[in-house]
Amino acid sequence: MTWETVIGLETHVELATKTKIFCSCTTEFGGAPNTHCCPVCTGMPGTLPVVNKKVVEFAAKAGLALNCEITRYNKFDRKNYFYPDLPKAYQVSQLYLPIARNGRVSIQTGTEEKDIRIHELHMEEDAGKLVHDPWIDQTKCDYNRCGVPLIEIVTEPDFRSADEVIAYLEKLKSTLEYLGVSDCKMQEGSLRCDVNLSVRPAGSAELATRTEMKNLNSFKAISRAIAYETRRQIELIEEGKRVIQETRRWDDNKDATFSMRSKENAQDYRYFPEPDIPPLELSEEYLDRLRSEQPEMAQARKARYQQQYGLPEYDADILTSQKALVDFFEETVALGAPAKEVSNWMLGDMMRRLKDEELEPKDMKLTPANLAKLIRMIADGRINRNTAAKVFRAIFPDNADAEEYVKAHGLEQVNDAGLVAQVVEQVFAANTSAVADFKAGNQKVMGFLVGQVMKELKGKADPKAVNQAVREKLGG
Amino acid sequence: MKEILNLTALQLGAAIRKGEVSPVEATRAALEQIEARKADNAFTALTAETALRRAKAVGKKIAAGELTAPLAGVPLSIKDNICTKGVSTTCASKILTGFEPPYDATLVEKLDALGAVPLGKLNMDEFAMGSTTETSFYGPTHNPWDAGRVPGGSSGGAAAAVAARSCWYAIGSDTGGSIRQPAAYCGVTGIKPTYGTVSRYGLIAYASSLDQMGPLARDAADCAAVLDAVMGKDPRDGTSLDVPAGGLLAGLTGDVRGMKIGIPADCFGDGLDPEVMKSVLAVADVLKARGAELVEFTFPVMEYVVPTYYIIAAAEASSNLSRFDGVKYGWRAEGYEDLTDLYSKTRTEGFGAEVKRRILLGTFVLSSGYYDAYYKKALQVKGLIKQAFDDAFGKCDLMLTPVAPTTAPKIGESLSDPLQMYLSDIYTVSVNLAGLPGLSMPCGFDSKGMPIGAQLIGPALGEAKVLNAAHAFQLDTDYHKQSPVEKEAR
Repeated sequence: MTWETVIGLETHVELATKTKIFCSCTTEFGGAPNTHCCPVCTGMPGTLPVVNKKVVEFAAKAGLALNCEITRYNKFDRKNYFYPDLPKAYQVSQLYLPIARNGRVSIQTGTEEKDIRIHELHMEEDAGKLVHDPWIDQTKCDYNRCGVPLIEIVTEPDFRSADEVIAYLEKLKSTLEYLGVSDCKMQEGSLRCDVNLSVRPAGSAELATRTEMKNLNSFKAISRAIAYETRRQIELIEEGKRVIQETRRWDDNKDATFSMRSKENAQDYRYFPEPDIPPLELSEEYLDRLRSEQPEMAQARKARYQQQYGLPEYDADILTSQKALVDFFEETVALGAPAKEVSNWMLGDMMRRLKDEELEPKDMKLTPANLAKLIRMIADGRINRNTAAKVFRAIFPDNADAEEYVKAHGLEQVNDAGLVAQVVEQVFAANTSAVADFKAGNQKVMGFLVGQVMKELKGKADPKAVNQAVREKLGG
Repeated sequence: MKEILNLTALQLGAAIRKGEVSPVEATRAALEQIEARKADNAFTALTAETALRRAKAVGKKIAAGELTAPLAGVPLSIKDNICTKGVSTTCASKILTGFEPPYDATLVEKLDALGAVPLGKLNMDEFAMGSTTETSFYGPTHNPWDAGRVPGGSSGGAAAAVAARSCWYAIGSDTGGSIRQPAAYCGVTGIKPTYGTVSRYGLIAYASSLDQMGPLARDAADCAAVLDAVMGKDPRDGTSLDVPAGGLLAGLTGDVRGMKIGIPADCFGDGLDPEVMKSVLAVADVLKARGAELVEFTFPVMEYVVPTYYIIAAAEASSNLSRFDGVKYGWRAEGYEDLTDLYSKTRTEGFGAEVKRRILLGTFVLSSGYYDAYYKKALQVKGLIKQAFDDAFGKCDLMLTPVAPTTAPKIGESLSDPLQMYLSDIYTVSVNLAGLPGLSMPCGFDSKGMPIGAQLIGPALGEAKVLNAAHAFQLDTDYHKQSPVEKEAR
């Protein structure tokens, strides 16, 4: 029998607001345990939440970008459960009136296009973290993450393959980055994904019993977990067994999912309206303003890059794949650097450096101003391309000033024709046999002679000028 | 007993400003009185040294003209569910043993800024759950009028301390009558203002949608002065209202001419003690003699108010009290085996019976399958109760009702029958459900010599009317001037 995999996603995204959802603590990742918290986010008795307006704005912007209907009359609800990382013993979330509903995201896999329906998007607060110290066999609480704002985006069960899931997540990531509402760093947990999966005979329209997989910390883990869980469920059914509705934990090291809790043991969260937060009404004018602030997304921008800057599709595609690259590109071009030149540097040298140093573009220290400076120095004939590549490599890690670096290391191009001619004389005098070889018909020797001249000039001469001088000398 | 103890808070404030009494003298007098009245068990914590230090500093500032508020330098006491920085705040519960908040409630900050002198923390029903102050982990507070009787609750310590002249005013909290009912039982004046007018930041929540803080004092004028100081929008409380604060004291003219006093017939029926009924209705006559009009009407929601209140309050409480789990602060059980055991043992040992009863009730009404039948329905009925008040205030300016069906019962009588105790909240809980201002003032004594209280209910933000009517009544009567301490001395 052929089987069809049916997948729905629940994605938690940390919003990139400066402060937490209900207090003014920083949302910054890291920090010594319990240094980014206050009586409010640790739920001390008597404290009260006050909604950060930026959170609502970011959530509404995300909802609009995902083509959702925005809820005008918003309320928060409490989800009650006991756990030491949840200091109030309830999470403030939205159950009854999520801020956005009924959206859709179009994705592309290969040549195929498809719409994924968004069931809802709601705001909530993150919980803290438990850290187990095996030396003293104690578990400690770190409340730094408590109250970091999240949106949870729930899709309909519209995916049929891991490829579709990844395509959706990439689109979602790009959209949220373009909006500037999240940095979507999976490794720091600012984008987390739970996968609901079931299998059914191909052609069936009914939804079979599903499992929910958690702890998926990379796109790779998601793909592998989907493959594993699909196989596991098919095997169960083919053996005549039943799939149990349960939550399963993906173990990246064991390459398998393991049962966490079954539906029978599911908790009753006793949701009820959060009495400490009055309802939030979003006016039409407010939403109009947010609509007008929606940025140009990847697809539109890619087309514009090809048209406006005459970039090849390949360049435009890569540059628009990440908001950080777009920002870098546009800022550098705005500083007067030619678009294709900027694109070449970014797609070539920059990508190599990022890959070698395992960096995300948004974590890079190099600034557009500095790259623009480097490009200008080439255009002005102050350094040659080879030197520029070396300079780029040197300034990339800490954004050392290109101009100063070139000066400090005496890398400026030698544009003194007399000096070049003088060095050519010296090189010819020192390499009489090579010159003789050339005259005997060995054309390759010219490259050697040029190299020798460049070496004498410490690589700082304009290669064209050196070539020219050597050729003339040989021919003359 | 020192004579200054018989002054009202405003009289003492005036004497301090004139230099006739120093805040230190007043504080000493109060501390001596607290010591003399120790048997009342009205306090859970005293901060005598801090109070004296503070009184001295405040006295200097008053003399220098830096503090000019009517209540500057006047000592007060604060209910133990209100956060006071670095001072034990336990909600009279074992589970908060040793808890000293690292912050002050907004209300405490405001009083601090005007030069108030806090003496200590007041006993209460555990987590404000109760009508007698018998559920306190620190033992019951006794009614200063009769030590064998309860002071009411949950702000029983506050009412008892004011009645016993141990402080000039107190801050209590009121979720279903917890300021008004003890004020009635102890013969003092107390007001629960409109929901949202006093910031709840720093009030340890029982039922967030119903809780409000307010003063208990010698008379309506003192209450007005306290409210002037503590009302107003607080950026730390999203439910606080952006309404102009102040002006209540200045508005006390005693002029009630043309004011329509509504008398809801459904509040004067079965179950109301005849002596209480007579005294409360007599309030109407006093106000009428001053030119008010009386309007009678039906108020057909009374049978729903108690169940609605207990469902909503218990539901919110079950969630609000979940944070007390032994992990972060307060009491932690010893000898637990794992996390669940830590939670279970801590909460079993840390909470008293009444708190557990309400947590169970609240957990039940929010449970899957029961939510619609109980909690959701209660919210709907809450809407109907609000509507009934709206209708009533279409016919009158204020409503006059009893505060409680009887005067203070004997210690031990109520806890044996919780349902009966819940039903005694019938006249007060509806005011919280509708978020309205409600004031309780002394209006007589029963044949056992126990104080009787009358309740004045106003429309939302109608504090000025409520206080003015009470002030008018107090201009013509002296029930509020009676003191159990003088009675004892005689």
